[in-house]
Amino acid sequence: MNSHEDDELARRTAEAVARRSYGKLVAFLAARTNDVASAEDALSEAFAAALAEWPKKGCPANPEAWLMTVARRKLIDVFRGSRRGEIASEELQVMARRLERAASEAERLSEIPDQRLALMFACAHPAIEAGIRAPLILQVILGLDAKAIASAFLTSPAAMGKRLVRAKEKIRQAGVPFRVPDREELSGRVETVLDTIYAAFAEGWSDPGGTDVARRDLTEEALFLARLVAELMPEEAEALGLLALVVHAEARRRARRTSGGEFVPLAKQDTGLWDSQMIDEAEALLRRASTLGSIGRYQLEAALQSAHVHRCHTGQNNWADVVQLYDALFAISGSPVVAINRALAIAEVAGAEAGLAAMPEVENDARLAEYQPYWAARAELLSRTGARDEARQAYERAIGLERDEAVRRFLQRRQAAL
Amino acid sequence: MKYLLMAYVNEAGFATLTKEQQEQGLAAYGAFMEAMKKTNVLVGSNRLQPSASSTVVKVANGKSQVLDGPYVDSKEQIGGYFLIEAPDLDAAIAWAARCPASSHGAVELRPVWDMGALAA
Repeated sequence: MNSHEDDELARRTAEAVARRSYGKLVAFLAARTNDVASAEDALSEAFAAALAEWPKKGCPANPEAWLMTVARRKLIDVFRGSRRGEIASEELQVMARRLERAASEAERLSEIPDQRLALMFACAHPAIEAGIRAPLILQVILGLDAKAIASAFLTSPAAMGKRLVRAKEKIRQAGVPFRVPDREELSGRVETVLDTIYAAFAEGWSDPGGTDVARRDLTEEALFLARLVAELMPEEAEALGLLALVVHAEARRRARRTSGGEFVPLAKQDTGLWDSQMIDEAEALLRRASTLGSIGRYQLEAALQSAHVHRCHTGQNNWADVVQLYDALFAISGSPVVAINRALAIAEVAGAEAGLAAMPEVENDARLAEYQPYWAARAELLSRTGARDEARQAYERAIGLERDEAVRRFLQRRQAAL
Repeated sequence: MKYLLMAYVNEAGFATLTKEQQEQGLAAYGAFMEAMKKTNVLVGSNRLQPSASSTVVKVANGKSQVLDGPYVDSKEQIGGYFLIEAPDLDAAIAWAARCPASSHGAVELRPVWDMGALAA
């Protein structure tokens, strides 16, 4: 093997470990020190060392353990050297010892304990600003950089970087605990973790028909996180519900665009392109969640996905059930996004006029003025009542607010067909 | 705050579109402008003539220089601008993402220097 191939193998091995174990290593290091940023720095130095050393000496038998050892040493060096003056060095010594003890224990068991769940609870702690929780989890569990996260959340990379640094400072300085909360406070805290993963997954429903979940850049990452949380908390009904929801949405991904890149609404999708294995998985998750006896937002959303899939597969009209599910969801969330989709479902049962009457009013919620699905839904219902001019105007607004080119063209075709 | 959205587009691209695609593309810009007007975001906007029509002027040591533009030679050139009023950078980015140019080119946004604040 020449050196180029060695480099390539080292890089690929390091990348594979990074994907699989990044969060595990950060969680292990940070749980002993409460210092996420230092753990990440030490880990990135360890990855750099791996890329320098592995091509020469060959990849280690246990790359994860190798990286942990190197990162731990670097971290302890930092603490012993007391690079920062603000904390009493005795405290740092204690942390360094704690980290060493934990590491030798992990080495003895030849297994790094998985504390990613504790890390996620720290990132989604109520003391951390809600808007930065999802970016924080994406960074510390998956190792995404601030640039990629900023792009996905439509914000400036510089600002995102600063907010991430601030959030990690807060965890360290405020002593946000790295642990899974006790049973009494668990359910409320689970919700914040699930909401955070959901925020990474979708910012709403982008389908003008109101039945398909938006596909954002981070779907794959969100699916990984939802799987992880469901795996680590198999008795939490809502964790299973969220995973069912994400898997359902992902199952229809291929059908959502034509080969030419045009947007296809749910009702027009080729069900043969749906991933039936994933649909089965989602249904099984939802069934298991329902046996745990605590219904919640994500199970309801997954049940809606399930109802849409069932209707498209069988042609059986189940809109009355769908309206009921939206009623229940609206009672929990009160969200205007749910209200819009509920109105669309009502239109299927009781006609477009009834649907329009059930739509939230832009006068009562200024955010709707810039919310594309609101205008697309209005346009759709208006066109069914024969109010062509109003429908045209509503389509015009929806087109102007849309940022996905394919959806924009879809809306333009609907407008032209009036 | 005011932000200037500069739409960078491949000027040669438009001519390669079918008539229908051209109309659809222009209509998308129209809808984008309309949405900004209806939400009181738009301050001003103009489409610019192709960069081949641009002229560059420099004066150094009393000697003037007039050159054929564009100033920066690249495939993507400013095809137009939108001056908008937005509460913060994230809101401005949201509008930039809705600009059709961000799908077929790129949109650069810059905050406007508030000279009024300086004078006050």
